[in-house]
Amino acid sequence: MTKTVNQKAWLFVLPVLILVAFNAFIPLMTVVNYSVQETFGDNTFFWAGLMWFEDVLHSPRFHDALLRQLTFTFTILAIEIPLGVAIALTMPRRGVWVPVCLVTMALPLLIPWNVVGAIWNIFALPDIGLLGQVLNGLGFDYNFTRQPGAAWFTLIAMDVWHWTSLVVLLAYAGLVSIPDAFYQAAKIDGASGWAIFRYIQLPKMKRVLTIAVLLRFMDSFNIYTEPFVLTGGGPGNSTTLLSIDLVKVALGQFDLGPAAAMSLIYFLIVLLLSWVFYTLMMRNEDS
Amino acid sequence: MSLEVRGVTKRVDGETHIHPTDLTLEPGAFNVLLGTTGAGKTTLMQIMAGLERPTAGTVWFGGTDVTGVAVQTRNVSLVHQQFINYPNLTVFENIASPLRVARRPKAEIRDRVERMAALMKLTPMLGRRPAALSGGQQQRCAMARALVKDASLVLLDEPLANLDFKLREELRDELPRLFADRDCVVVYATTEPTEALLLGGTTATLFEGRVAQVGPTGTVYRQPDTLTSAQVFSEPPMNTAAVTKRGETFEMSDGTTWTAPEAARGLPDGAYVFGIRPHHVTPHPTGAHPVALDGLVLLTELSGSDTVVHFRHGEGEAAETWVSQAHGIHALRVGQVARLHMDVAQGLFFDRAGARIAA
Repeated sequence: MTKTVNQKAWLFVLPVLILVAFNAFIPLMTVVNYSVQETFGDNTFFWAGLMWFEDVLHSPRFHDALLRQLTFTFTILAIEIPLGVAIALTMPRRGVWVPVCLVTMALPLLIPWNVVGAIWNIFALPDIGLLGQVLNGLGFDYNFTRQPGAAWFTLIAMDVWHWTSLVVLLAYAGLVSIPDAFYQAAKIDGASGWAIFRYIQLPKMKRVLTIAVLLRFMDSFNIYTEPFVLTGGGPGNSTTLLSIDLVKVALGQFDLGPAAAMSLIYFLIVLLLSWVFYTLMMRNEDS
Repeated sequence: MSLEVRGVTKRVDGETHIHPTDLTLEPGAFNVLLGTTGAGKTTLMQIMAGLERPTAGTVWFGGTDVTGVAVQTRNVSLVHQQFINYPNLTVFENIASPLRVARRPKAEIRDRVERMAALMKLTPMLGRRPAALSGGQQQRCAMARALVKDASLVLLDEPLANLDFKLREELRDELPRLFADRDCVVVYATTEPTEALLLGGTTATLFEGRVAQVGPTGTVYRQPDTLTSAQVFSEPPMNTAAVTKRGETFEMSDGTTWTAPEAARGLPDGAYVFGIRPHHVTPHPTGAHPVALDGLVLLTELSGSDTVVHFRHGEGEAAETWVSQAHGIHALRVGQVARLHMDVAQGLFFDRAGARIAA
């Protein structure tokens, strides 16, 4: 039996292979390369083995950044997902207001990240910003450049403002796809508003909400620009999330080996937690 | 307890969905609403259920006006054409849901759900979720949920339309048995004349938001008041032809003449619309008064154990496409000129406005 080998076929696959090689595989392998070697910046390399990985995993600085990252991500998920669903539930299902609501909702998503950071930086300034003035006027001592608590509050408010819309749009898409007949059936059964939400709307939104949780999880875990523009990770290290810490190590201190090891650990954490989320939310799906 | 619809109309955005309609629906037999998609069956049912408010008119149940009464407080069941079940509840919980809302005791719920599941052949599936069931089982689950609560008004909106042929026949046979010992008004909407005939009871033919005719199913089928009612209640569509009566003979537009069948002898001379159902037009002469009809065969198809032949009769302007439906398999080739036979004794005569002329 002879197999026909079509050499020309390679030509068709080649562009995508080159593309993937340059935008994913080669950079990733470069990072792997750095993570197991020591370099002093003069292009001489020494084998370091797993030393950087051990260093990073034992470093209190990494632990703190990771803890801040987890706190940030789970806080914004706990706010954005329920809030997004709640807003989607109040939006009209049909009529002239639908496009108005959708466009209004989509607006924050259209603003570049660094602009969002700049907007909130100025908005929250205690002396000239509207938010800062109002909070201080109400008697709160609020200064996000000095108080860690205020910085966290601003950071979370900013993320909620920027990204809840994404959850709203996804949840809304799930809601409008429910046929009227489901609502009629529930009405006839005498189901309460809560029962309709619990037994019809929520199960029917499950798939889009899984996507919303995954997107928001991954994006918020990788967040860099907004806290960087807001306080640069401060005051002190209080809002130094993983990505900000990573950039400090890699570009600030130019410790390429530890930074590379940290990148890989960071990447694996995102991958692992995404898998956990997905598995948890999709269990029972086909039972 | 009967359901009465009095002068009900429904207009949405200036468009009339239901023209003034009066209907009385009695318990004890199926009340069939027969009409094509868009005839207003669903709208009418939603008004009966209380899911929609009529623009004008009232709905009465057992002598009380229930027009404005919320659907939750009426004792109504509705089965949709789509299979509607709670996706993350098991079949047991789905069937039990209306009883749980009504706060029935646990033991009673278990008992009633199990009996209903046995009736619907769902017992082995009680622990599963709707997504794990076949289409027929999903619809049986939806029906079980509608029937378990002993509603006094049960609305079935094309419940079998989304099922495959075999299951449809099976469930259709089961339906009359399910309602046999119930004292409730059952309304059944369908687009299929055969389904109406099989279910019996009373049929109302609907066309473009109006009731064309109401009466015992057999009567509406055999003695349609109007051409519209006859067309709604005929599948394949009824064949029609313009005919002129002169003395004892009828003449068709292509010149075919035949002597008047006994029942039509008394009609005064003049122009009529002659209607005959496809199964009275056959490849071999049948019935009391067969008349030969030559036609060019356009299409033949097998439908169950019947042969359906579409053929063109007449020339030029006067050409009409007719349909013949005959039991058995008949070898007719497309493109061939065939001689078919219509039993004019089974024909119906309408005046030009479409009202049937009973001779």
